[in-house]
Amino acid sequence: MGYVAVQGGITAIENSQKLNRYLRLRGSSAPVSVAQIMDQMGPLVDRVMSEGGLYSPFHAALALKQASGDPLEASFLLRAYRSTLRRMVDSLPVRTDGMRILRRISSAFKTIPGGQVLGSTSDYEQRILDFSLAEETEEAQRAAVRAFAASVATAAGLPDAAPLEPERFRKVVSNLREQGLVAPSPLGDPGPPTDITQESTAFPLDRSGRLQMLARAETGGVLALAYSSMRGYGSVHPTVAELRVGRAQVRIPHPFRKGEAVALGSIVVTEVEIVASVQRLEGEETPTFSLGYGACFGHNEVKAISTAVLDRAMKSPSPKDPAEDQEFVLLHTDGIESSGFCSHFKLPHYVTFQADLDRLRDMRGDRE
Amino acid sequence: MTLQDLLPARGFQYNFAFIDEGAKREVRRALLKAVALPGHQVPFASPELPIARGWGTGGLQVTMSLIGPNDVLKIIDQGCDGSVNAVNLRKLLVATTGVRTTFDSREATLMQSRHRLPEIPMTEGQIAVLQVPLPEPLRLVEPSEVETRRMHAEGDYARMWVSLYEDVVQNGSVSLSWGYPCRVNDSYIMSPSPLPRWDLHMLHQAEHLTLLGAGREKRVYAVPPHTSVRPLEFDDLPFTVENFAGLSCVRCGSTDTFLDEIYDEETGKSFRVCSDSGYCDLVREGKIRVRSAAHA
Amino acid sequence: MHDETVLVAARNIGKTWGPECEECRVRTGPEQGTNICPRCGTVVALRDISFELHEGEILGLVGESGSGKSTLVQCIYFDLDATDGRLFFRGCEDGENVMELPRIQKRRIRGRLMGMVYQNPLCGLRMDITSGANVAEKLLEADVFHFARIRARAGELLASTEIPAAYMDAFPRVLSGGMQQRIQIAKALANNPPLVLLDEVTSGLDVSVQARVLDLIRELQRERGMSMIVVSHDMGVIRLLADRTLVLKNGCVVERGLTDQILEDPQHPYSQLLVHSTL
Repeated sequence: MGYVAVQGGITAIENSQKLNRYLRLRGSSAPVSVAQIMDQMGPLVDRVMSEGGLYSPFHAALALKQASGDPLEASFLLRAYRSTLRRMVDSLPVRTDGMRILRRISSAFKTIPGGQVLGSTSDYEQRILDFSLAEETEEAQRAAVRAFAASVATAAGLPDAAPLEPERFRKVVSNLREQGLVAPSPLGDPGPPTDITQESTAFPLDRSGRLQMLARAETGGVLALAYSSMRGYGSVHPTVAELRVGRAQVRIPHPFRKGEAVALGSIVVTEVEIVASVQRLEGEETPTFSLGYGACFGHNEVKAISTAVLDRAMKSPSPKDPAEDQEFVLLHTDGIESSGFCSHFKLPHYVTFQADLDRLRDMRGDRE
Repeated sequence: MTLQDLLPARGFQYNFAFIDEGAKREVRRALLKAVALPGHQVPFASPELPIARGWGTGGLQVTMSLIGPNDVLKIIDQGCDGSVNAVNLRKLLVATTGVRTTFDSREATLMQSRHRLPEIPMTEGQIAVLQVPLPEPLRLVEPSEVETRRMHAEGDYARMWVSLYEDVVQNGSVSLSWGYPCRVNDSYIMSPSPLPRWDLHMLHQAEHLTLLGAGREKRVYAVPPHTSVRPLEFDDLPFTVENFAGLSCVRCGSTDTFLDEIYDEETGKSFRVCSDSGYCDLVREGKIRVRSAAHA
Repeated sequence: MHDETVLVAARNIGKTWGPECEECRVRTGPEQGTNICPRCGTVVALRDISFELHEGEILGLVGESGSGKSTLVQCIYFDLDATDGRLFFRGCEDGENVMELPRIQKRRIRGRLMGMVYQNPLCGLRMDITSGANVAEKLLEADVFHFARIRARAGELLASTEIPAAYMDAFPRVLSGGMQQRIQIAKALANNPPLVLLDEVTSGLDVSVQARVLDLIRELQRERGMSMIVVSHDMGVIRLLADRTLVLKNGCVVERGLTDQILEDPQHPYSQLLVHSTL
């Protein structure tokens, strides 16, 4: 039984894998290239980088190709790949106030220092299916790109060209802070952040651990829980003080020149700061607004806003709604863990089921 | 034979047993602490593996941290070496270690299993590694991790016992089937992993070491040899195992093993087969003396 | 402890909530008529409470809301951690202050030596388990693991508090307030503790139901001889049950003595107010 079953099992798996590969490739269409996924499926690539916890558009696109577009599966591939990489060095904290803005808005004020930059967004698109896209040709694509380039007055209008001066875009929250409307940043060095991928963690988790878990959480999961808080199972009615999407520099301490830093490159991040209800902090006389913060790899606004709402919700001193409960939010929003456990129910459970059958038959008094 | 010979020729150059030595050391440190505190759940960082969470990553990390080139490995799922998931895990471990494998539990130095212990009791020098989905036995009565930690720290297990009391009041007996909560070393309450009741006596005062790994939940725990493991029971309602009276395995005739209920693919009729396929094979091949059987 | 009949002794128990400053002590208390320090906002819920409780004795704690009487009882039962002071139980930890012990030991002492009945049954009972299970929980905490014995004892206790047997497997929420208090009493008595704490147990009940529950308590105490600490804002309840009484105001004891004496000849103006406004 053993050997035959093993052989049978191996054959079944191998055949299943062959079938998977066939299903990914069949049809009369040309193979999808990794470059096409990187270029034309940006939001999907960004989502996978965010949930995989690895910033590399190429690897995320490759994972998507391998997974035939399934974002959970692709995020899993990327996470597993990440765990095989050696950690060389920790970067310096990324300064998002110095990022090259691609988009920057605030719902809190009509105009803000530095101005509102709409950038690229689908927020105001009419959601009407465009059937002409079914016939899009390569020539048409190249023509459209050329036309756009020609239409902008200067080269500075193209995204990814010379950056707008970072100092122009002072954080809205800094203004609120100066006026004492928002609690001042805690003084002193908070120390190194928790590293959830290398240390074992326990609840209650410190804020750096919570934000990390949210940063790689699954978009649908954090959206659902944030929605619950916004809608009624909770009290977070956020105002978006600032939402920014842009390229932030990644710098590391200079290997030889002490005290200096060297830039490795830049990454696209989405960052949201929300202002929520008035609070009175312990020991403080005057009330202030409470804040929530969310950030993730790539351009993913729904996730960043949702995680900012959850960050605020989890600060609640007496949690009563699901979104306020750290354990509930953080233990159930990791897509790789949740989908893995969900899927594991497809594994054979016939021994445990036999144990259940035994109990039920015993209680009912029937036996074979 | 060198380590180089054991690694796959092309593609990724993985470390021996896949995970890096630093990760292995962290797991082993956690395991040492677990062995020193029988039944106590020790947190560990549990890195991602190419196997999905919920599919044995905890057990796998324990095995990967302990395995050496001279180990003899057995992997079973539901008691069977041929189960699809066991086959898959075996593939990964053999590809990254090249160790010898066996279906005979007596030969294994390291045995990773999902949901069963072998029918032949394991001995000194053998290690059982059990895959655990939910390491927290108190989850039955309490969803919060912070609270269950406190309950273990204070030995505050009354709510667990109350749920058993209510179970008996409602159902006449404790209806918990698999993964029955046990008191280890007269101290912590532990989940034995989803083992059937049938197997629990093999954890008690065993000659072998049992290690339990939960990857997704990021905990390991242990039952050292010669440690008491007692299922929670009322003094006047003794713990019972699954009832296979009058049934026997159609392949080897055993009447004293945990039996799978099988439905014939063609006729639809039901019959019974040993869940422990390795044991069943040994009996059929006449390699071991059967303890009791329906036919000689 | 020197006197062998003393079961429980409290020395200078204090409980504050807040940062505390040098002025808290002088600017709060019965003379100042407040618990809240005007300088730092600290609430001084209890200050310097000392007493001795003898075996078989019933001690009354009377005062208005904010007097600290419930807080004191919660400190004794380890629901709250006292800020100051010491507590001693006869035969416990070789006469050591039990307030310094780790939680795991406090839990054991509580299970063995004390029973508590709260004003609000939601505090003392678990609504998601049956009445019988609520009583069983106390027995299981004391390591009674024999099912038939648990069942028998729970049944016996519920019967002694006049709860019909049919309600043993019912959930508390389907029962009346009076019944829920009786379940609490049954639970408090489960391990025959030498000390039972009763915190405003009849305050939420109808007058007629109150009378029956109070009678029950008196009867049970007479039969079993345990010591009790009875908290009430109602001098009538205190008169009915307590041998000796402490009168509390703004966290301090303003008068103490035999209940009869306090009723007949109250010394402190506040005690006089209480006694004279008793129906």
